[in-house]
Formats: sequence, C-alpha cells, structure tokens
Amino acid sequence: MPGLLDKRLVIVTGKGGVGKSTVSLALARAAARRGMRTILCEVSAQEHLSQVFHRAQVGYHEVELDEDLWAISIDPDESMREYVLLQLKVRAMRDLLFRLPVFTYLAAATPGLKELVTIGKIWELTLDDRKVKGGERYDLVVVDAPASGHGAGFLQTPRTFANVARVGPMRQQAETLDAFIRDRRRTGVAVVALPEEMPVNETAALERELADRVGVEVTRIFCNGLYPERFAESELELVGSVAEREARPEAVGAGAEREARLVRAACRAALSESGRATDQRHQLARLEESCAAPVTRLPYLFAPELGAEEIDVLADRVA
Amino acid sequence: MASIAELLEGKRVCICAGSGGVGKTTSAAAIAAGMAARGKRVAVLTIDPAKRLADSLGMPELGNVERRVDPELFAAAGIDPGTGELWAMMLDAKQTFDEVIRKNAPDAETRERILSNRIYQQLSAALAGSQEYMAMEKLYEIHADDRYDLLVLDTPPSPNALDFLDAPRRLLQFIEGRALQVFLKPTGLGMRVFGRGASVMFSILRRITGVDLLEDLAEFFGAFGGMVGGFRERARRVGELLADPETSFVLVCGAQDEPVAQALRFHDKLVESKLPFAGAIVNKVHYGGELGSEGADLVPALRAELGDDGLARRVAANFADFTALASHDRHNIERLAAALGTDAVIEVPYLDHDVHDLSGLVEINRYLFASGEKERAVTVAR
Repeated sequence: MPGLLDKRLVIVTGKGGVGKSTVSLALARAAARRGMRTILCEVSAQEHLSQVFHRAQVGYHEVELDEDLWAISIDPDESMREYVLLQLKVRAMRDLLFRLPVFTYLAAATPGLKELVTIGKIWELTLDDRKVKGGERYDLVVVDAPASGHGAGFLQTPRTFANVARVGPMRQQAETLDAFIRDRRRTGVAVVALPEEMPVNETAALERELADRVGVEVTRIFCNGLYPERFAESELELVGSVAEREARPEAVGAGAEREARLVRAACRAALSESGRATDQRHQLARLEESCAAPVTRLPYLFAPELGAEEIDVLADRVA
Repeated sequence: MASIAELLEGKRVCICAGSGGVGKTTSAAAIAAGMAARGKRVAVLTIDPAKRLADSLGMPELGNVERRVDPELFAAAGIDPGTGELWAMMLDAKQTFDEVIRKNAPDAETRERILSNRIYQQLSAALAGSQEYMAMEKLYEIHADDRYDLLVLDTPPSPNALDFLDAPRRLLQFIEGRALQVFLKPTGLGMRVFGRGASVMFSILRRITGVDLLEDLAEFFGAFGGMVGGFRERARRVGELLADPETSFVLVCGAQDEPVAQALRFHDKLVESKLPFAGAIVNKVHYGGELGSEGADLVPALRAELGDDGLARRVAANFADFTALASHDRHNIERLAAALGTDAVIEVPYLDHDVHDLSGLVEINRYLFASGEKERAVTVAR
C-alpha cells in the first residue's frame, strides 16, 4: 500500500465527532518519529493541539511542539493578509487596501474566498522554496480539515472559486490550488469514519463526491474507535447467565452483596461491549465493501481523554 | 432528572442544538416521536438524517415538504398515539432559499436575474450561514401556518454549534452589502468620498480578484437591492420566533470534555442573546458498576462464577475500562449541570445498538421521557 507518509501533503477530512483531529495528530506524529520535518495545520481554530501538548495556544505561526513536529493554526484573515502581501509589493497600496471596509467585506462575503486563501496558505507550506520570509521546508504537511458539514466542501473550494472568478489572478490562483489538491503523487486525502451506520454511509458518499466533483481520489480511510473483540461467541452464554443471576443466598453482608452486584454489572458490561463490537464489525465490513480506498482500522482508546501516550498508540497504527 | 415532556410543556417550537456527531438528529426525531405518542401533532425538520432512519420513517428525500409518518409504525411499536401525529421533513437549504427569492422578488425579471446569478448560486449553496438561516426560515414558515402543536428543528451539522445563532447576522451582512454597494456605484458615495483613491482601489481589487467577480457582485446587489428591506424584516421576525417564550432550545451533547465545553459555550451565547433555554440531553453516557468501584479487584469473584481465569480477567479488564469512562462521564455531567444551574440534564445511556427506526426511538424515549425515581433506577442500573 503506498504510504500516506510518502506524500507531501495529507488532508484529513470526515464528519464532526469522528476523531479527525486525533487521527491528524497521530499521522503527523508518526511522520515526525521517522525524522520527517512535519507540520500539522489546524484550520478552524479548534486548538486541540494545545490541549494534548499542554501549550497555551498554537496560533498563526509555525511552532515546534516536539522534535520535528510543528503546528500552525490557519486563520483566514491572516492568510488573506499574507496573500495580499505576496501579491502587492507596494506597501502603501496594501495599507490602503486593508484600511477600506470594502476589502474586509469582500473578503468576508465572497463565497469561498476564505477557504481559498486558507488552502493557499497550506500550499505555501508545502513549497520547497517557501514564499514566507524565513520559512523552512517541510517534508510533510498534515491538514486537519474542517468537518465536512455537507459533502466535499472545503476541498471543492478552489474549483467553486474558479467558477466565480472567471478571469484574473485569483482565478489562476484557484486553478493552481485545484490542480495541487488533485495531484495524486504529492497529495493524499484521508477520510476518518466511525463503524456506525450513518458515518459509514457518509464516508462512502463523500468518497464518491470527492471523485465526481473535485476529481480527488481518497488515498486511505481510517475506521476509528473499533472495540476489541474480547469475548468469543461461545463465552457469551456463560457470561450472560451470570449477568442475569439472582443474588446467592450465601452472599451475606454488605460487602459480599456489593461484590455480587459488581460481578453482575461486569458481566452486563461484557455483553454490552460484545454487542457493540459485533455491530461495529458489521459496519466495518460495509465500509470496506462500499468504499474503494483501503481501510485502516484504529482501536477505541479507553482513556477518557487523549494525551501524548494515546496519540503514540495511534501513530503506530496510522502509518 | 427532568423529563423532556416537562421541559416542553406549553412550547410550540423545540430547537435541538449541538456540535456535529453528538446524536442531534436522533434526539430530535425521538423527541418528536415521543411527543406525538403523547397525543400532539408534531413535525420534525431535519437536515441530514441517516438514510435508514429517514427510510424507516418514510421521509421523502426531496420536495422540501413534510410528510406524515405512517400511524401503523406506532401501532407496530406498541404505541397508541390517540390524536397524535408525527410529520417529518428533510430540509433542502438551497431549495428553501430559492422559494424565498420567488416569494419576495418584486417581478419576474428580478427573480430570474437573482436565481441565475452565479454569486447567488454559490451563496445559496455554500455561504457559511445560509443553511442555518434557511433552517430558521423554514421553521418560521411552518410555524406561521399553525398546523402543528409542536415543531422540532434539528439544526444543521455545522462544526461549531454557535454558527447557528450567528447565521442571520452573517447572511444579512452579506445581503445588505453596504460597503460594497457604496463602492460599486461609479457615481455613488464611494467615488465622491474616495475620489481618486477609489479608482486606485478598483485597480487593486481588479488585480487581486479579477474583474468579473466584481461585476457579478455588482449585478447581484443590483438585482437584490429592492429585496433587502423585505429580507431584513423577515429575518427580524424569524429572530422574534427564536426568542419567543413558546420556543425552547435543547442542547444536545456527548459526555466527553469537548462536547460539554461546546454545550456550555452555546448556553452562554443563549443567555447573552436572551434566548429561551430548556435543558440539555447528554447522549451516549457510559454506565458501569457504581461510583467508587474503580480499582476493586473482581477477578477472584468472577473466576468463581465463570470458572475460567482468562475469561474472568477479560471481563474484569473490560469492566475497568467502562467504569473509568463512566466515572469520567459522571464527572462531566455534574460539571455541566452545575454550570447550567439546572437539573434539566437528561442522560441517554450508550445503547448496545445503533438507532435507525421508530422502535429504536421508542427505546431512547424510555430515557428522554423518564422523570420519576423508578425510571431513574432503571436508567442507572444499565
């Protein structure tokens, strides 16, 4: 399987709540551990990173979280500023532009412009010869894309925008970005899914939509949150009978009674986990069947909140 | 713990808000089904239901109209709704926007100019906030028809729940486009104020955006100009409906740190905007053992019962995992209830199976509509 880490850019997408940010971080971590100079881009100021790495804020500048692992939080307004800065060399013109409300308005209101400059910034990060002053080359750029509220959204932006701006430098820019996103050699697209009915359907639909509307082939699908199959079918009957068992007459005293209650609860939890795990395997099979891209399985992590240790567990699996 | 029926007493509109992936659509459908089962005429408006749920409720995929859920389905689930009716609709934001334009355009020519404008086409399909605003618009329209006792709105799947409340402002800001209108009229204020500066501006913007973009925008605002007043008025009335005492916002979230933090931010915004908050639904809550049972070594007792050391260890390890999740969930729910200053926090356990039909919704409603001690005992025992 051609590795995601062989690309220059990996865009991680998927619906909200599927663990997209965690998978992005795990990918970036995996690359960094191989000695690749890696940067992880957060797009809509989610600040997940700062939680995991106990940093105040990432913000719109490249910060080093760990060895070879960098991060940036891309803010569209800042990207716009930077874009204009690179387009217009005359300082007075820039200042005039930013002072006028019309510019701010245009930037805020033109459909897709914010997303376009955001993708423009991501593109800039992947360049061998960075345009930003003092910018250094990265081996890999991992993007935690905004949740696909509805369909291809974010990745479709350059194309949408190229349709709005028929001529001019912005159209050229949009076309450049569109080609960049569709460059299968350099750009990988990963979709994160959960082994549940709706996320499976949505992932299959998203894969088709990306192909039809953006011309993007999904490189990899991550099926996140899979429960371990801890119990064999043959064991469930026994566990079930204990779960249903009445309190034993010889179990006297509060301690013994409590223990018996916990034993029943533990057996119920085992049945519940087993039921979920079976459902999940069924959905995983549907996912593999309905999608063209290879599916990588990621385990459910029982830690209530994810820290660096859990990210490392996932990093072993994603690459 | 309150019941959703108590929280919605005397309400005509229930808006389910929350970030993506927390089971909002399922909660909205369950609330609607439960209220219908209690004899109300209810319509649920949803954006993006799971196909199996939509299919099982007989929800049409297109058409942007509500359809009645077959009463036979209630009978099959062992429910007699009496006079209750459940209607469901899959909302199409683009189509709703087109309807609004058709209804409000002063004449056929303006209507066609707008509908065929490329800026409009992108805007109605893609502008952040347009889907959210159109959900409100449709809610307002159906509410005005006065055909239902209760409307349940499942808000669009935005990454950030706050986008929903922000939508009317953002859309109006765009449509009014004052800054741009002034600028685009060659004889307008822009030219007079900026003089030569304006023509420099024009050339800069041309360089950056391409001329056609500006022309399309000018055309769009030219065509839209006459409708801005009507739009603003409409948005104002939609805003009034959201703030009406007969409306209530129900926050839907999960029990992990991030969804709870999001729910609290949304609640702050509701309070700040003086919008009516009813309560919160926490989905997929883990229950395991009882508080304080963490660390208890159950392996010997399990081995005695199961007669298999390996199995006993796996059952114990699984239980320990779920107990850790359960106590973390419990902690977050207590934090949520304390911050909301209410006991109107309804917990729905992590069910053993996914929900995709009416009987699944009925199962959820055992928790949503439970209010007494007995029901609570059932819930906690799971």
